[in-house]
Amino acid sequence: MRTRLSKLGAPLAPWALPLLLIAAWQLSSRAGWLSSRILPEPWAVAKAFHDLAVSGELWTHLRVSLWRAAAGFGLGAGVGLLLGLLNGSSRRAATLLDTTLQMIRNIPALALIPLVILWFGIDEAAKLFLLAVGVFFPVYLNTFHGIRSVDAGLVEMAKSYGLSGWALYRDVILPGALPAILVGVRFALGLVWVLLIVAETISAQAGIGYMTMNAREFLQTDVVLVGVLLYALLGKAADWSARGLERRFLRWNPAYR
Amino acid sequence: MKIDQIEKTRVSETHARAGHPAGPEGRAAHLKLRKLSKQYAGRTVLEAIDLQIKPGEFVAVVGRSGCGKSTLLRMIAGLERPDGGQVKIGGGGVAPDVRMMFQDARLLPWKTVLQNVALGLADGIDAARKALDSVGLLERADDWPAVLSGGQRQRVALARALVHEPQLLLLDEPLGALDALTRIEMQRMIEALWLDRGFTAVLVTHDVQEAVVLADRVLLIENGRLALDLDVGLARPRERGGAAFGAIEKQVLEQVLDTHHKLEKNIANFTKC
Repeated sequence: MRTRLSKLGAPLAPWALPLLLIAAWQLSSRAGWLSSRILPEPWAVAKAFHDLAVSGELWTHLRVSLWRAAAGFGLGAGVGLLLGLLNGSSRRAATLLDTTLQMIRNIPALALIPLVILWFGIDEAAKLFLLAVGVFFPVYLNTFHGIRSVDAGLVEMAKSYGLSGWALYRDVILPGALPAILVGVRFALGLVWVLLIVAETISAQAGIGYMTMNAREFLQTDVVLVGVLLYALLGKAADWSARGLERRFLRWNPAYR
Repeated sequence: MKIDQIEKTRVSETHARAGHPAGPEGRAAHLKLRKLSKQYAGRTVLEAIDLQIKPGEFVAVVGRSGCGKSTLLRMIAGLERPDGGQVKIGGGGVAPDVRMMFQDARLLPWKTVLQNVALGLADGIDAARKALDSVGLLERADDWPAVLSGGQRQRVALARALVHEPQLLLLDEPLGALDALTRIEMQRMIEALWLDRGFTAVLVTHDVQEAVVLADRVLLIENGRLALDLDVGLARPRERGGAAFGAIEKQVLEQVLDTHHKLEKNIANFTKC
């Protein structure tokens, strides 16, 4: 009996603390310990969520934010992957490019905001640039490192078995670097939401960040909270999909099974 | 099981060949080393090695660790460039197929056992299956290498080498990391497959007994030179512990230890001065 209960409880256990916190929050709101100006009760937040969903406003903002995140991530991670593969595979390319990239890496992406606004204005391009720069480095660094640390014995073996060029890359070097590349992707997926929040609060006409900034103007704390919760959920979803990728592509590795 | 089948073919093959295995034309390569030398950072590892290996011959190279026996094999495989001399491999074909088995199995962990065996073959899944069957691991075809034992991994590596029908098989201490029983099992398997297919084989090992069990000829490398080239004229399958077997094993071991004693004496003299 006890084992059956604990079996049922195992997948729910991580959610016990969040649920408990929400219950305590609801209770203290109802008891009047928390002003709704500071923190509206969970029920009000749920209601705001529902209203936004029904009016369709929520989906518009969500779509815009998702598109921004995907485009910025695609751009930054794509370039990071390509440059990482290039510099990892070619000593000459690494000599020419790596030092420069390492210098740029030390500039926090957010410190570029004033410059980015001067360059791109406050349009979509500025936001995408910020996201792409931020996402670029984790993917680049991990890909570079992953390619460099592929087991030299395996490469030697594959060469002696007649593999070269693209076949060697596809069968040995890329799969060997994949665990490291996916670590970079996972890190970048987490980072993209952080950057998106900042980028969307600078100035925007749509998006979850815009929605929350707008709600702040009108003291709609419940809508602000909806935005914050959405970011948390989207971040969790991104992490979850990254883990899915790891499970799918690293099946062979006992550490990921 | 599969090993028993191999065991049976082994016995019949032995009778057929009567201890003089010479592979069918074209399936075994001739190997010729001329004045082969190698230096590492100014230290001579191998010095003017001259060696001829007949097609289908099984040669074992023994020596202490660091004597250059692995380097010799890697130069034959073309994985390292000699500093002097040349390696000539001639087979029936235009480009003789040379395959190497490494000390660690070097299986690609992200490919299944079968995919590993089929590595480098354009469409060789059927051939790979057959090769896997010949080492008794067909039922593990779809497993990841990570779940295999050390001995099984080496058997997969052996299948991967054999699927190319090599004319020259180079074995770089492939059994060095295995336990004693698995080792004997693997030795039998290698011998059976060699008898069956008739390729030329060069085995590098630090185990004198292993060399005497498997090889037609045992070579000893010391101080960068061939210190011993001994024909093992024993009939196969060879029994460890037989008198003739023991005599040969002792002869090789004594040679190894003899130079070691000389070395110790030299050191003693050196410290006296």
